[in-house]
Amino acid sequence: MCLAIPGKVQKIIDEKSSPKMAEVNFDGVIKHVCVDFIPDIKVGEYVMVHVGFALNKVDEKEALNQLKAISTAEDIIRKKMK
Amino acid sequence: MKFLDEYRDAEKVKILVDQIQSLNIPPINIMEVCGSQTHTILKYNLEELLPANINLIHGPGCPVCVTPIGMIDKAISLAQKKDVIFTSYGDMLRIPGSKNSLMKVKASGADVRMIYSPLDAIRLAKENPDKKIIFFAIGFETTAPANAASILTAKKTKLTNFFVLSSQVLIPPAVQSLLDSDLIKLNALLAPGHVCTVTGTKWCGEISNHYKIPITVTGFEPVDILEGILISAKQILSNEHDTVNQYKRVVTKDGNLKAQETIYSVFEICHRNWRGLGEIKNSGLRIRNEFSHFDAEKNFEINSVTTNEDERCIAGEILQGLKKPNDCKLFSKDCTPTKPVGAPMVSSEGACAAYFNYRKVNELV
Repeated sequence: MCLAIPGKVQKIIDEKSSPKMAEVNFDGVIKHVCVDFIPDIKVGEYVMVHVGFALNKVDEKEALNQLKAISTAEDIIRKKMK
Repeated sequence: MKFLDEYRDAEKVKILVDQIQSLNIPPINIMEVCGSQTHTILKYNLEELLPANINLIHGPGCPVCVTPIGMIDKAISLAQKKDVIFTSYGDMLRIPGSKNSLMKVKASGADVRMIYSPLDAIRLAKENPDKKIIFFAIGFETTAPANAASILTAKKTKLTNFFVLSSQVLIPPAVQSLLDSDLIKLNALLAPGHVCTVTGTKWCGEISNHYKIPITVTGFEPVDILEGILISAKQILSNEHDTVNQYKRVVTKDGNLKAQETIYSVFEICHRNWRGLGEIKNSGLRIRNEFSHFDAEKNFEINSVTTNEDERCIAGEILQGLKKPNDCKLFSKDCTPTKPVGAPMVSSEGACAAYFNYRKVNELV
């Protein structure tokens, strides 16, 4: 039920409309999503979408750091195994 | 798909599994609170990759599964009324009430429609001024902001034919009630990442402090869940009990304040009955009085129905993590996803449906 999917904001439909809607691209599938909960949303940013509402941005820097940390652990373990 | 594929990467899964396997872990129980995480664990067969000492306990975090049977009966009664278009998230349509389900009454002619977003229900209300549109608002803190936003939109656009049946529940009181129970010993919790996207992580910190239990706010992909388990296991081994945020790419300490404000401008906290668990104090959300003209329970005569649960179903014990789905005598025989007896077999996130869909056949007999 709490499924949320990451998508890329490709267009703010109308800055002044209420609710404020954006076009969000989910790997080629475009949906209209309400972005009222993220007032500072910008085109090009990724958002987590649940039941047609963007709940938060996806922080690309955090994601890269996390993935890098896992890969670093891999390097350490591989060195140990040599 | 960006931000999904990287977290399903076999190499990264392997490295996390190796790290977990390299720890000298005593027998421990880790509960994943959220049904979406249960689904991932079973779908990717993550339990097979873990040391035998790590027992994953599936929690009650499926709002579909914990919706009381009486509330389903109310929904069914409303859906059968004249001039009503009853709208619901798809998860709820096949959930069995006492005698019926929304899907069955739809087949008998009731106008029941599955919607993707509450804004779809708003659109239906605008397009059908001669009909009464009722929206079945279920969900946890993840879904409550969208449910609340639909009522605010209806108010702003002066809709008089839009109503909401609210059956929403809150995660923190349920987690506390599980930790207060002597029936089960939990050594760590994986907290639901999307609930925390809205709420933030402060409540987790309060619970980990009070109950001296490690809590890891965790995402939903295999890499997320394994990293959540690794963080939990390390905390248990070093005798720590902090709240750690594994899902930093989406969850912040404060959560989404705008979404929180939206929830509590429309709803207020109330006691709520959970299917299988009974009443949990301050664990529900009801519509505030100032929005009562949108409250379906206050604007429609709802026929009282006698609610009957099938006594053979052990959904309550499964939702509390006391038993596994295949401990149930009905499992995969009298109770299947196409012919469900209990709610956890209907929702794709219910533990019973996850076991039915993803467990090896020889484990079922």
